[in-house]
Amino acid sequence: MSNRLSGNEAVAYAMKQINPDVMGAFPITPSTEIPEYFAQFVADGEVNTEYVTVESEHSSMSVCIAAQAAGARAVSATSSCGLALMYELLYVAASCRLPITLACVNRALSGPININADHSDSMGARDSGWIQIYAENNQEAYDNFIMAMPIGETPSVRLPVMSCMDGFITSHAVENIELLATDAVRKFIGEYNPENYLLKKENPLAVGPYDVSPYYMEHKVLEAEAIKAAKARILEVAAEFEMISGRSYGLFEEYRMEDAELALVLIGSTAGTAKAAIDKLRENGVKAGLVKIRVFRPFPGEELARALANTRAVAVMDKSEGFSANGGPLFAETRSALYDLKERPYLINIVYGLGGRDVKTEDVEKVFCRLANIAETGEIGPIYTHMGQRSKEDIA
Amino acid sequence: MIYAKDINEHTPWQDLTPGGEIYEPGTARAFDTGTWRTNTPVFHAQACKHCMLCVPFCPDSAIPVKDGKRLDFDYMHCKGCGICENVCPFPAITMVTGGVAR
Repeated sequence: MSNRLSGNEAVAYAMKQINPDVMGAFPITPSTEIPEYFAQFVADGEVNTEYVTVESEHSSMSVCIAAQAAGARAVSATSSCGLALMYELLYVAASCRLPITLACVNRALSGPININADHSDSMGARDSGWIQIYAENNQEAYDNFIMAMPIGETPSVRLPVMSCMDGFITSHAVENIELLATDAVRKFIGEYNPENYLLKKENPLAVGPYDVSPYYMEHKVLEAEAIKAAKARILEVAAEFEMISGRSYGLFEEYRMEDAELALVLIGSTAGTAKAAIDKLRENGVKAGLVKIRVFRPFPGEELARALANTRAVAVMDKSEGFSANGGPLFAETRSALYDLKERPYLINIVYGLGGRDVKTEDVEKVFCRLANIAETGEIGPIYTHMGQRSKEDIA
Repeated sequence: MIYAKDINEHTPWQDLTPGGEIYEPGTARAFDTGTWRTNTPVFHAQACKHCMLCVPFCPDSAIPVKDGKRLDFDYMHCKGCGICENVCPFPAITMVTGGVAR
């Protein structure tokens, strides 16, 4: 069935269809609407979720951890400083191998304080052990959230999943999207039946015990193996999802990459803008393409290297700074992934769109213009630059 | 199911539990935490009246009791905090420096 929903509504609706056991709920812009819409579903008796209102995000994630350890399905939603306040618990959730599902509505992380979209919140949590899946639009936000549990709950994976979308651009924009029937969603996600859980009375369980040095490293290796295993599972779940939805998903989306010589690598809603720019450039004979990263954790390094192997120049566009003084986080991953290629394309990094700074098709065209110049002259110029800021210098 | 008794410091990562989960209760009994001790209580049985004051004060349940009589310290779990010496009304417990009772 087709419906007009904002990104937040779409995710709240997915949650309603899933009917999770517990929600740890705390509001923060721009994710506030998710617990708000969901509270209505609870009040109307449309779900039988235990809706726990807490005093902070540290507590909402703690509620999720306790509930999931007890054997329940737990969800939450947050943004920006809320995610930052969960920081410690994100690591606890992942290392206790609790497949919680979190809707992260991406917003700039302070400071200066700002409520608009960029990826600095979830990028700060990229090493926490969570699976991270990013949506381009409302449809993907809905679809990704439904796919999260079958991925995270798989016994070989057992990791929490962060389902991300861009704040306001996606969370508050209303789009036509296709919703699945609730029966189909319930059947798709199935029952949550962990082998061991706190409320299993015949088998007492201790979760999260202190880990001394002779064991800690081994448990971290187990966790690393789990996130490696997640890659295949993400593709399996995507294939199963395609069977019920007709919509196809991979680790990333390749847009007009078949013969692309110049390419962008980016995450999230900017992909829509980039696709429009690419269509226009293609009409003018420019062999432009896009790789939109959907799964950032686990990072699809080998697959991305193959996708970019035949390009001549690539711009990696980071919607978060990272402050490494050596490029943004997506750039670091992409450049590392390409190292094993025998022949590598020229690679530049452009940090853009911070704190909701708009990016237009003309901006994307300028980036391709720069790539064309690099491919033609072999002169790469500055590797790591920013785009969209007012400046006395003229940099694309 | 992997049990605590089957795990030790030589167990490869493949044979450990996800997240270090422990699937049975009371496993602290099997785990030697007495090595943290830097001071050690010494029990003088002849001076002990078995008033049992030391037993509930011990934060680590390291004073075993059998048939109404306290036994010598469980040095595998005693941390050497000295509370027992402090509460003992008799000269039945003395603390010595170091992790070993001499």
